[in-house]
Amino acid sequence: MTDKTYEGSFHIVGGDFSHAGEASTELKTILLNAGVEDEFVRRVAIATFEAEMNIMIYATAGILRYIISPEEIRIIAQDMGPGIEDIELAMQEGYSTAPDWVREMGWGAGMGLPNMKKNADIFRIDSVVGEGTTVEMIIKR
Amino acid sequence: MRLKEIIRLLDAVIITNSRDYEAEIEWACATDLMSDVLYYSRGNSVLITGLAKQQAIRTSDIADIKVVVFTRGKEPDTHTIELARKKKITLLITPYSMFTACGKLYEKGLRCCPE
Repeated sequence: MTDKTYEGSFHIVGGDFSHAGEASTELKTILLNAGVEDEFVRRVAIATFEAEMNIMIYATAGILRYIISPEEIRIIAQDMGPGIEDIELAMQEGYSTAPDWVREMGWGAGMGLPNMKKNADIFRIDSVVGEGTTVEMIIKR
Repeated sequence: MRLKEIIRLLDAVIITNSRDYEAEIEWACATDLMSDVLYYSRGNSVLITGLAKQQAIRTSDIADIKVVVFTRGKEPDTHTIELARKKKITLLITPYSMFTACGKLYEKGLRCCPE
């Protein structure tokens, strides 16, 4: 990875399964092209993909921002969604409020937030019911 | 386990392939839940799934999974096949159920991704 810090963002539209995962795939390609270690790229890709899917499933729209420095990547996923009433409950493995149509697509197993936390070195979540949710992840190389 | 052995054991139809049939696949992951794939899988694995949709390919690409097997003869749509081709993921279809497919691979020594 270069010595510079660089950043970018992706706009995610809710309910659009046909493009689901494209932002994460693009970020993964950026990192691979920068010559970063495979295992680091895999952690970033998985954490970002889960965040992207959550916006796609639950929110009207959202934005995924990334800031890459030589030491780490910071990912901020901010959505205009319903918000999370009980964050502690939502963090439990297997707990999900996803509707059936989402489950039919292979999602909604209640592993999204735990998976983001697992892959991130620092994980923060902030949510306001009726306004939206912001997840911030820092993944170190 | 070599890719050619996975194909033989599962009586699989090859939909897309861009790698050597001698390629060694280290682990297996079997689920229809995409977050389980992301949570438990390792790179260089085979994913055995009944979810014959684009999501299975997209998830495999993110998780560095190289081979995907759709069970019970489920045929994917053209978008799914095209995505697999673009992402250089080997896509197979087996006539067997997930249980039987896993049993056949396990019997010959392939194991679940370590947690």
